Amino acid sequence: MKLRIKNKNPGLFLSAGILIFFMLSALFAGYIAPHDPEKANLELRLKEPCHEYPLGTDHLGRCILSRIIFGARVSLSVGLLVVSSSLILGLTIGTLSGYYGGWLDEIVMRVVDAFLAFPSLLLALGIAGLFGAGFMNLVMALIIVDWAGYARLARSSVMAVKEQDYIKAAKGLGTGDIHVILHHVIPNVMSPLIVMATIGMGYVILSAAGLSFLGFGVQPPTPEWGSMLNEGKIYIRSAPYIMIFPGLAIMLTVLAFNYLGDELRDLLDPRDTKDID
Amino acid sequence: MIEFITRRLLLLLPVLLLVSVISFSIIYISPGDTAENALTNPGGGIDQRAVEEFRAKTGLDDPIHIQYIHWMGRIIHGDLGKSYMTGEDVSKAIFRCFKVTLKLAVISMLVSLIIAIPLGILSALKKGTAIDDVCRFFALAGVSMPNFWQAYLLIIVFALTLKVLPSSGYGDGGIADILLPAITLGTGYAAVTMRLMRASMLDVMQQDYIRAARAKGVPEYMIVLKHALKNSLIPVVTVAGLNFGYLLNGSVIVETIFSWPGIGNLIVSSILSKDYPMIQGCVLFIAVIFVLINFAVDMSYAYLNPKIRYETKN
Repeated sequence: MKLRIKNKNPGLFLSAGILIFFMLSALFAGYIAPHDPEKANLELRLKEPCHEYPLGTDHLGRCILSRIIFGARVSLSVGLLVVSSSLILGLTIGTLSGYYGGWLDEIVMRVVDAFLAFPSLLLALGIAGLFGAGFMNLVMALIIVDWAGYARLARSSVMAVKEQDYIKAAKGLGTGDIHVILHHVIPNVMSPLIVMATIGMGYVILSAAGLSFLGFGVQPPTPEWGSMLNEGKIYIRSAPYIMIFPGLAIMLTVLAFNYLGDELRDLLDPRDTKDID
Repeated sequence: MIEFITRRLLLLLPVLLLVSVISFSIIYISPGDTAENALTNPGGGIDQRAVEEFRAKTGLDDPIHIQYIHWMGRIIHGDLGKSYMTGEDVSKAIFRCFKVTLKLAVISMLVSLIIAIPLGILSALKKGTAIDDVCRFFALAGVSMPNFWQAYLLIIVFALTLKVLPSSGYGDGGIADILLPAITLGTGYAAVTMRLMRASMLDVMQQDYIRAARAKGVPEYMIVLKHALKNSLIPVVTVAGLNFGYLLNGSVIVETIFSWPGIGNLIVSSILSKDYPMIQGCVLFIAVIFVLINFAVDMSYAYLNPKIRYETKN
């Protein structure tokens, strides 16, 4: 994986910058946020953006900026948990299935097909809705929906890699399957999966916010971008700014992950995919 | 081609079977007893006698696999059961709502094509320039924008500030009522379609017949409009037209916001009210539609690009 970073790519640095910014806000939320994100003060409710409250206050008088900063914590940790678990699960299942083939592969792939047969948000909604609301239930629902895509991609990459001469050579030398898989197969199938995981971060954050918006995800008073929009929607007439900033935070994060994913694909793929994609 | 289609059709059977198992068993992940959940009144009290009767009546006292077999048996006859809430036939409710969703989906698709086709062409023709970058940035922004946020931005502008469109509701189902939800759903979709249009146009512009037309001295705009456009549109319209899955996904949120009485709205309300037969029916119905559409997309890809037929032996 040789990275050829183009000299002039402001978009790449901008999106990486946005992500680092949100990650730092998530890590040091307690130090950065000007106010307590959950402290209600009804005297200050629905205040327009001002010096003390740069993004205004919500219907309970809570500082919107502080809630967005703390909200980064929820969104990014949902994204990381879901994507890393799905990636590990999908990689393990897909690799075994692709490497050994046969009836195991047939069965696994039909299960994967079945999971991919549902529109993902819909299945996640059904599962999260029935599990009951809450952080861990949301994460579980999204993993159940997410892993199959990684499994399919890992499997098809492994199928291509295992026919390569260096794998045959390693096997010819009497190297055990586990060693071959860990040292020769997996390192060579990682690039497309990393690209998928990067774009997947954006998608998972978007889905998590969507589910929380519908009331099936993270519950108030925990600051979460999607549920902030849900709580704010009744005040859309009197205080439209309540609706603007949390959405902007979601969009910027997702956009940065999508952009990064696209750029990574170009960097990791020796073929010029920009034209076809 | 026929062998390819048959093979893919056969592969659909186990998938559909598994899909039905998932759709059926999804309600059992709900913590607690199914019958008690369904009958719990808002105060939290449960009438044990009613629960027993309910179990016996709905077959919930049978073991799960027996319940599944009964459920499947009824589905084969087109019966998805009755709603716990309204007593309405689940299949009837689904078809009623699906028609409404379909209407929204078709208009959204038109909106997306109106945005995507010109931008995709522009992006392809100006490949590598600032115009291309801007178009591609908008496409990326379109996919990244949460539709539940975009919906409220549109409401703020068109319904609350300009007061030209209603903020929600089905009304008489006319164009004014459908416009905001369709734009919300259509722009995200347009982003995906635009990339497809750009790729397809780039591909066509490299063909020999375009070079021949150029050599003949045909003006560039004629080449684009007369020769390239038609050919590059075929895959875009086929795939965009069939990729309804994306719209079904989005309809869940968009319909809830705009109180659009479609299937997305139906499924959210049935989850909230724990209307189990309705949840199972909706999930199964949408998944089956989704499987069939994906099958059609695969087939059209294979038809348009013969290489796939030979390469994917799986």
